[in-house]
This record gives sequence, C-alpha cells and structure tokens, in this order.
Amino acid sequence: MDRNSPPPPAAKKPLKAVDYFLYALVAGFIFYAIYRVNDVLVYHWNWSRVFGFVIRFDEETQSWVSNLLLQGLATTIRLAVWSTIFATLVGVVMGYWRTCENLTLRIISRCYVELIRNIPPVVFIFIFYFFVASQIFPAMCIDNISSKDPLVNNPVFTFMFGDPKLLSNFLAGMICLSLFEGAYITEIVRAGIQSTPKGQWEAARAIGLSHLNVLRDVILPQAIRKILPPLAGQFITLIKDSAIISLISIQELTFVATEVAATTTRVFETWILVGAIYFVLCYSFAVLFAHLEKLARRSHR
Amino acid sequence: MTHNHSAPPLVEITGLCKWFGDFSALYDINLSVATGEKVVVCGPSGSGKSTMIRCINQLEQHQAGTIMVAGREVTPGMKKIEEVRRDVGMVFQSFNLFPHMTVVDNLTIGPIRNMGMPRAEATERAMQQLERVKIAEQAHKYPPQLSGGQQQRVAIARSLCLKPKIMLFDEPTSALDPEMIAGVLDVMIELAEEGMTMICVTHEMGFARRVADRIVFMDMGEIVEVAEPEIFFNSPQTDRAKLFLSQILGH
Repeated sequence: MDRNSPPPPAAKKPLKAVDYFLYALVAGFIFYAIYRVNDVLVYHWNWSRVFGFVIRFDEETQSWVSNLLLQGLATTIRLAVWSTIFATLVGVVMGYWRTCENLTLRIISRCYVELIRNIPPVVFIFIFYFFVASQIFPAMCIDNISSKDPLVNNPVFTFMFGDPKLLSNFLAGMICLSLFEGAYITEIVRAGIQSTPKGQWEAARAIGLSHLNVLRDVILPQAIRKILPPLAGQFITLIKDSAIISLISIQELTFVATEVAATTTRVFETWILVGAIYFVLCYSFAVLFAHLEKLARRSHR
Repeated sequence: MTHNHSAPPLVEITGLCKWFGDFSALYDINLSVATGEKVVVCGPSGSGKSTMIRCINQLEQHQAGTIMVAGREVTPGMKKIEEVRRDVGMVFQSFNLFPHMTVVDNLTIGPIRNMGMPRAEATERAMQQLERVKIAEQAHKYPPQLSGGQQQRVAIARSLCLKPKIMLFDEPTSALDPEMIAGVLDVMIELAEEGMTMICVTHEMGFARRVADRIVFMDMGEIVEVAEPEIFFNSPQTDRAKLFLSQILGH
C-alpha cells in the first residue's frame, strides 16, 4: 500500500439481534400500557377539556386569552429566571468565599452549603416560608406595598414579577429557590476555582496582579469554561425543582396543574401535558447550553 | 566579576527560616546579590532551592529572617507586595502561561494591571520583548499551540515586560524536551550578557559555568557552599557538594 492512499473505511457496526430484542421490549411495554389504560381501565381520553385550561376563548371580549396553565408556566419561567440570577450571584460569592484564606468567610460559606445540602428541600422550604418569610417580609414592609401603587401596578412590573397582589408570595418562592440552588452552585464554583492549577495563581501574582485581578482575569475565565456543563445541569435542575415551590402555594405550573387536575378530573391528560411542557422547557435550555459550551470550547481551542 | 561593592545589594537575605508544618524547609539562609550579578543555585531535589527564591517575591511566606529587595523589606502579608513584584521577574518550571489569552495578551496583562499602562503602549512593549526572545511571529497564537521551548520563552518575555530589576528562574529547562533547551538557554545567556541580575535554580551546568558569577550549593534547607563556578566544579570544598557533583556529572 502506498503512503498517499486513503485510509481503509471504518468497519460498519450493524444492529445485532439483541438490539432488535430491546426495541421490541420497549415497544411492547408501551403498547401494554396503552392497552391497560384504554381497555382495562376504560379511560376516556378528553384532551380538549385540559387544553381549555391552556388558552380559552373569552366570550366577553371575543378574543383568546391565556388560562391557568399558561399563567402557571409564565410564573414558573419568571421564578426560574430570577432564581437563576440570584442563585448564580449567591453561588459565585459563596463559591469564592469557600476558597478564601479568611477563616470567617470560609466558615460562613461552608455552613451555608452544608446546612442546605443536608436537609430535604421540602423541609427547607417550609422552614423558610413559615418562619423566615412570614417574619422578615412584614418587617421589610413588602406586605404593605399596595397592589394599586403605580410603582408595581404597571405592565413592565407585571411582566417581570407577575401579579402585584402575589408579590410577597412570589418573592418568598424565588428567594427560597435561589438559596436552595445557590448552595449547589457554590460547590460547582468552588470546584471550578480550585481546578485551576496553582501555577496560574503563582504566575499571575508574580507579574504583580492583585488578588482580585488574578481572580477576574486569570482564574474565573478558565473556571467558567470548566463549570459550564455542570452549571447548565444545575440550571435545568432549578427549573424542575421550582415544582417544589408549589407546596407554599406559589401559583406556578405544578400548583395550577394540581388544581386543573382536581377540577377537570382529567388526571392523565393534565399531568402528561404538564410533563410535556416541562420537558420542552428544560430540553430547549439543554440544547441552548450545549450550543454555548461548543462556542466556549471553540474560542478556547 | 563586575560587582559594585559600594552600592547596596539588590537582594539581601539574612537569617531566613521557613517551615512547612513541622518540617524545616529553610534554615538560616544568608545571601546577598549585587546589581548585575548572576547567581546559580543548585543542589539535590528537596534542598529548598525553589522555596528560597520563591520567598523573594513572597510566593512563599517566610517565618523568620529578613529579605530586602531593592532597598525595601519584603514581609509576609505586606500591603504593597505588587510593587516589589514589579521589580522581581519570575520564570517557572512549568511556564504557567495563561491558556485562555493570546501570547501578546499574556504579556500585556502585567503592565496594564500593575502599572495602569495604556493598552497600546503595553502592546508595543510586549512586541519588543517578543522580538527579544525571537518569537514575535507567534504573538496572536494561544499558548497551548506553542512548543514547550516557545512557551518558556514567552514566559521569560512576560516577566521582562514589567522591566524587572532582577529575574528569578526556577528550573526553567527541567520540563523541556532536550531539543528545546538550547533555545531557552540562549535567551537566558543573552539576558545575562545584557547585564540583568539573575538568580537561577538550574541543573544546566554548562550554563552555570558560562554565566554564573557565583554558584550557591544548597542541601537540606541550608546553604552549604558558595563559590565561583570554576572553583566549585573543579574543587568543591564539602563532601555533600562532592557527592552531588559526582551524581550529576558522574555518568
């Protein structure tokens, strides 16, 4: 064979009998589930009833308006966006503190992380909501903000924070979720900072950069590339975890879904629809992050 | 030798001690380096060579003794350590270039952040230094795209960008493939001939013979012997130095 000839083609890997068997098994299971629901349970599918709770036709104004489920989705997205922002802020600060030489900062951040990671989210949310939110918010006069106040009663505010009447409720949920997810982001940020080789710190310090400059110019840019994949995973987890907030009566997707399921008695349809909505939401973020990751890798080469 | 004995030494270390936990890494180090002097530090691994030169720019903090650099005392946790580091360039065994910045950005970040130099001026200075280490054509590449020897020359240029008064070299050729070593040593020799004050931790004995004014031999955290290169290599005074030389030159 001469040197310039193309390499031999890669061997094809045909599907084996075991692959076909597994496909058949999965298909069989799906058909069995459908059979059970339709023929044994004799379930009458009625999707239109549930879809009516996504958007409905308003007879008074003669137009289509969003209904409970869509409003719940909007609240979920608002919660997720604000919580992501605050959880990231908390996570970056606490994650940095975890790596500080100052003992007090290390103790504070360590306590925060361990406290939140070692109690179930539901318990944390109840403690936070009933003890903290009910005491601190009145003290901060958030409950006193009138929903008629032009500061809150305008379209921009409503778009960003939802119904002004539910503001303190929304804030409680958001802070809960931010603090909860912030603990996990703290650990991701800490790992990112610590995974940057010690030599990078030393070289940057040796050319006379201050501690803060080293962090900003040398450590964080490298850390961000490393923590992007776990961070993306955590953001998606945050969206899913926002369902727990329904326990403190924040009217997000899961909360309204329980109401819709109860009123319509269409349990399967409601939850399948809600599951699909969550899936589309989370999966589109996953695709977006995968794309960002690819961009970051390309710029780094 | 070209020492100017009337001027105060550029670096003066007296009674320096350093412990890692209970382990005594440096004990009673006394060394003074005059402006323009080239000192090569050698000794077995773990003898405290790197630790000693890393104390000079406070990458390691000493627990006892004093270090004077260009007339200023260097103390652990001192406030204006950045000003001292401006005068003290350092080159590491593993280059430690910033992989997410281009070569030229690696060079400009020091002057921009440390001296508040405008970017245009810093870039001009960076290009001069890259010419000096003969690597200007790689200015817009990223460090991982360069060979080890090229990376180390970039690292030397990065230190020179701050116009330091003294350069510290911490085994600059130990991580290089054999064919890359000569290029780096050539740059170091050139730097020495231009009159730069240098403290080099190295095992390149040819380099030491050629440029060093003095050889400092360390063992177990102490300076055991200080001599001119010819005297040190030809007739070492201590048994430990004899043993060390026989080990590195013996085969």
